[in-house]
Amino acid sequence: MTAEVALEEVTVRFGQFTAVDNVSLRVAPGEFFSFLGPSGCGKTTLLRTISGFIDPSAGRLTIGGRDMRGIGPNRRPTALIFQSLALFPLMTVAENIAYGLRVRGCPKAERLRRAEELLQVVALADQGGKRIDQLSGGQKQRVAIARALAVEPEVLLLDEPLSALDLKLRQHMRNELRAIQRRVGITFIYITHDQGEALTMSDRIGVMRNGRLEQVGTGRELYDTPETAFVASFVGEVNMLTGIVQDAADGMARIETPRGIMLARNPKDLRAGASATLFVRPEALLPRSDHDDPAINRIAVHVIDLAYEGNQTHVMCATACGNRLLSLLGPRDPAAPIPGSAAWLDFAPQDAIVLPSAAA
Amino acid sequence: MISVAWGHRLLLLLPFLLTAVLWGWTALDNRAAGVSRPPGFFARNGWPVGIYLLLAAGVWLVVLVALPQLSMIDMSFRHKLPINQIGGPRDTYTLENYRYFLFGSTTSTSSWNVVHLRAFAMTIISSLLITALNFIICYPIAYYLARIARGAQLRLLLVLLIAPFWVNDILRAFAFRIVFSEKGLINTALLGVGWIAQPIDFIGFNIALFAGLIYAYTLMMVFPLYNALDSVEAAQIEAARDLGAPWWHIHLFIVMPAAKAGIASGCTLVFMLATGALAAPLVLGGPSTLWFTPIVYDRFYQVFNWPQGAAYAFVLLAGCIALVITALRLLRLSLADIAR
Repeated sequence: MTAEVALEEVTVRFGQFTAVDNVSLRVAPGEFFSFLGPSGCGKTTLLRTISGFIDPSAGRLTIGGRDMRGIGPNRRPTALIFQSLALFPLMTVAENIAYGLRVRGCPKAERLRRAEELLQVVALADQGGKRIDQLSGGQKQRVAIARALAVEPEVLLLDEPLSALDLKLRQHMRNELRAIQRRVGITFIYITHDQGEALTMSDRIGVMRNGRLEQVGTGRELYDTPETAFVASFVGEVNMLTGIVQDAADGMARIETPRGIMLARNPKDLRAGASATLFVRPEALLPRSDHDDPAINRIAVHVIDLAYEGNQTHVMCATACGNRLLSLLGPRDPAAPIPGSAAWLDFAPQDAIVLPSAAA
Repeated sequence: MISVAWGHRLLLLLPFLLTAVLWGWTALDNRAAGVSRPPGFFARNGWPVGIYLLLAAGVWLVVLVALPQLSMIDMSFRHKLPINQIGGPRDTYTLENYRYFLFGSTTSTSSWNVVHLRAFAMTIISSLLITALNFIICYPIAYYLARIARGAQLRLLLVLLIAPFWVNDILRAFAFRIVFSEKGLINTALLGVGWIAQPIDFIGFNIALFAGLIYAYTLMMVFPLYNALDSVEAAQIEAARDLGAPWWHIHLFIVMPAAKAGIASGCTLVFMLATGALAAPLVLGGPSTLWFTPIVYDRFYQVFNWPQGAAYAFVLLAGCIALVITALRLLRLSLADIAR
């Protein structure tokens, strides 16, 4: 069983402070949805609202079409995986997993059989008799997932569950979580401040900032067509140039920057005279050392440093006024210029985007 | 038969033996619990400070704690003799004081000492009951203090809890007696409302005694509980709730097991103090109430039989310690846990 989660103008206030500000959203049944945002953006509050630990100050929350007002966390079809995991240290692995069933009065033999099944789902077969402190970080993670799945929730809520793991394990658990989600087929709502996690796992991502939902879309949509300066800079690496729009036509805009006039996409229909920021991804910036082949968008820089990473090379550059720019070269791109040399960074107008400057 | 002179040599050795036994026990407990050995005592403190600490703690423990207790045990195995015969040929070790406790006579074993044995058993059972009731009353208070009350409210509640204990405990016992007496506040109120037709004999039914003893040791229960409940991870409580547990299930199977050591610590304190209470049973006990401590007191100051008093006191102490240790073993707690 899986369910849709719908938020209608949900607002959560703590005294004078508004933690979640007028958020409306539909998460489809069986979807892997991530809330992405810096710490303090209200994403944990939102998750705790969905799980029932916090009541919204305004707005409506429905799960599977049912209004959740006045329904406590113990009676919602959701299960929450805590950032600290919150496993019960005095119980064995199997007892932890079976706890939700025990509460529901399920007979002991039945719930231990179910715990063993779930241990197989999370690839921990035959570990049910272990104590929690005998497990590694990744194993604890899986026990927490199994414990939450045991109560057959329609929606699984995950509060940055990978943040305590080391890098390698974190990357492994991303694939694992995604695989578990496909296997059980229920709605996952995942919270993270790590855009890599959000991009690799999610069907859709909601980017949050200061309690508001800035943009909702697939990872590709957020990366290629960010709607706000915040989304552009928070999702993935990006180079920024600020300037004034000179003229705009046919969805493109000419923007005057200290580095010259650049042409870029203009999805927000900025008019001439508007102050704007130009965003261009590092992989769209291509270094040139000869100036024979004039491109429309070209920035004069000198190369500060190179970082070779096998499948790609980071080229760190600076403009004459000290603005840092990053270019990423794949193995098929032209060879990187020598550090210390002067170079030009070219980019195609289609690869750059002009957005209103972020209101701090 | 050991002579008294040898007994005294043993007496001086015993504190050291006892220290060694307790040390060994703790070491075994630690090993069983898998606690790794911390750096050496002298390595951490340096020799001068280390020696000072050992001496200071040692003198205090040996001279002020162990020796008086041990000399009391020693005395409990001796005859009651006039001063000029102490150390003389009649001063030998004997079990007559314990025999008297069991059989009511120093020589015959034909009938049980029913009055004293019953008082002993009633004291233990009543103290267990008082401990249980105290826990039931104090757990919600401690939970509220530890997990719900914040800031100014917490401070106010702590003051309200502690301030009544500035009153002397004998005075407090008399206050309870007045409140619970036949024409006391409670009876007057109940009669006035019309809920009862006759005043209730709170003192005769030992209700006053129970209330007084429970109240006297609330702090001993609240603070260890507060400490233990304060350190239970909030997310675990929320996780249990999220998994569908009703509130009582969370308390019974998540919070209390996590706070087990603090609960044991508080219960041990209250139980030991209740069995050893003297003033409250004297003031609040009914005419038929026989707490064991007044009997011990009478051995010393009414019968003037100090060896017998020592034997009675030792029986009470040994009985309580045995009970507490058994309970701890059943709960799979070590001594180190409740000292945490």
